[in-house]
Amino acid sequence: MNAADQKRLLREMTFFRRFEERAFEAYMEHKIGGFLHLYIGQEAVATGVLEMARRGHDYVITGYRDHVHAMKAGAPPREVMAELYGKETGSSRGRGGSMHIFDPNAKFMGGYALVGEPFPLAAGLALACKYKKTDQIAICFLGDGANNQGTFHETMNMASLWKLPVLFVCENNLYAIGTRIDRSTAVTDQYKRVCGYNIPSSQHDGQDIEIVMDSAKKAVDHVRSGKGPYFIEYLTYRLRGHSMSDKTAAYRTKEEEQQWQRRDPLKVYADKLKKAKVLTDDDIKEMEREIHEEIENEVIKFAENSPAPRVEELNKYVLDDNPDPRWIGPLQNTYQ
Amino acid sequence: MAEMYYWEAIRRAHDEELANDINVIVMGEDVGVVGGTYKATLGLYQKYGENRVIDTPISENSFCGIGIGASMAGLRPIVEIMSINFALLALDTLINAAAKIRYMSGGRVSCPMVMRTPGGTAHQLAAQHSARLARLFMSTSGLRVVTPRSPLDAYGMLKSAVRCNDPVIFIEHERMYNMREEVPDKEFFRPLEGAEVVRRGTDITLIGYNLSLQLCLEAAKRLEKDGVSAEVIDLRSLKPLDRETIRRSVEKTHRVLVAEEDEASVGVGSEIITTVIEECFFALDAQPMRIHAADVPVPYAENLEKAAIPDADDVYRGALSMLGRA
Repeated sequence: MNAADQKRLLREMTFFRRFEERAFEAYMEHKIGGFLHLYIGQEAVATGVLEMARRGHDYVITGYRDHVHAMKAGAPPREVMAELYGKETGSSRGRGGSMHIFDPNAKFMGGYALVGEPFPLAAGLALACKYKKTDQIAICFLGDGANNQGTFHETMNMASLWKLPVLFVCENNLYAIGTRIDRSTAVTDQYKRVCGYNIPSSQHDGQDIEIVMDSAKKAVDHVRSGKGPYFIEYLTYRLRGHSMSDKTAAYRTKEEEQQWQRRDPLKVYADKLKKAKVLTDDDIKEMEREIHEEIENEVIKFAENSPAPRVEELNKYVLDDNPDPRWIGPLQNTYQ
Repeated sequence: MAEMYYWEAIRRAHDEELANDINVIVMGEDVGVVGGTYKATLGLYQKYGENRVIDTPISENSFCGIGIGASMAGLRPIVEIMSINFALLALDTLINAAAKIRYMSGGRVSCPMVMRTPGGTAHQLAAQHSARLARLFMSTSGLRVVTPRSPLDAYGMLKSAVRCNDPVIFIEHERMYNMREEVPDKEFFRPLEGAEVVRRGTDITLIGYNLSLQLCLEAAKRLEKDGVSAEVIDLRSLKPLDRETIRRSVEKTHRVLVAEEDEASVGVGSEIITTVIEECFFALDAQPMRIHAADVPVPYAENLEKAAIPDADDVYRGALSMLGRA
């Protein structure tokens, strides 16, 4: 990989980190409501995997921790922030919020609160790609916790049986909210769980973006070549709580958190690039300054200045707002 | 014009829509090689191939989810669930996903899919094969729920359901598959919205949907012999509900009875009677009445099953008592 790409990837991950930190501030100021699940610590996975996909072409779908996946897929950051602010200009026009970012232009088909739900939806997107004989694939990102849902097993079976072009990316961050994986799951290596469905799989370090990219490329190539699904597991760590009110002290130790802080994907990559003399501390400072300005001047300003959805449009988008009367009616009653 | 069974009408709609649009696919348990438990897709696997008529494993929640995902990418899947009891397994993808994706994406993504399923009691199938869950879907924003009463409506409404851009819950009835009716040979569509006045009358309004509509029609015939002129309304669409047709009828007859095969609480009848109260309370000359199932899981024994679910006689007697003639 050339230096320009390396710098760009570090910048992207840093941007995503600062974006979410800024969202956290806005949440504390009560400008963002609901739940806010931050992806901080896991950025190398979505950034690295989607770097290997055809963004805007391949379908992407995930759970509720979805801001970074949406942005890397191609959703404009200012629209994602406006969605968090509940504004009409948001990715989902203020109707979805943090957990439900959608951007069909980026083929980002949503964030979902039900952790097992994207499995079959992804397989359905893949079924449509295969049926239409396009060269698209569907990429489904979910956490280790989702693998204990029935839809995991049902979907793995059908995806394999029908050789659907779907890549399942398991972001194993060791915790299903507050329950550590070995307390919830009999087989803790997640990539082993799809063997029973005859799906090829592998496990990798999720904190080093270049390792993520190398492994994701093989997986993406496999799926795109028509050989059916692939399941790839990344070992990663959520450096913040599950959502805003989560106190991690109840279920994990400071030592463990510190150990993973040392493997923060931003730090891992910055160190690597500095060591390779691709960039210097001054370059990083400059990059941080640019990102700060971009977030404040383009992202936050846009979100703050955008209008809220109109209450008059509360009932819009429930069903097709312009249905064809041939199919919908209403039926003409010749009433007397 | 030929007489057609209800299942044949459903099959014909599938056939024509598969032929009309390459984006239409069919999925479900035994819909392919076998041709459907109720023959709704008979011969279509052989005609359109395994890529378009897809036999699924017994995984209702996920094969519904796959249909929904495919619809988000431009296909128009018709998903069959063998019995509405099994639809309980698919409520996550149907209610949390299909019903909500358009709204929570701000109208940017839609799910044009149909979930067809037979609901209702048949012949001694007992509690786990006799569910009638129309009320559950009826209470969910973002879905269309239709209940065709006859072969003609089933054919025309299924064709409309496939072409409409919303998720449609299409509820059939196991005891109606062998019902026959004349269906025109030429293609036609029946709209998904709108209740229909299927019999005109002046003394009382009987309201039903799919099988319970047939009970209302039978009761109306008997009432006629007693000199009672009953108007019968087929709801057709439980969601959205046609409040206007209900109001107009009750304003004319001043009496309303709702027949449903389901248990009463939080049900179709509750909703219709509330609608009547909201729309035209002062038009009422008598307390509204619900004819409904007993509040029990459906029993197996023939006599108990019969006692648990309403029949045309219950509708007839209910109507007479409302008119003070029981």
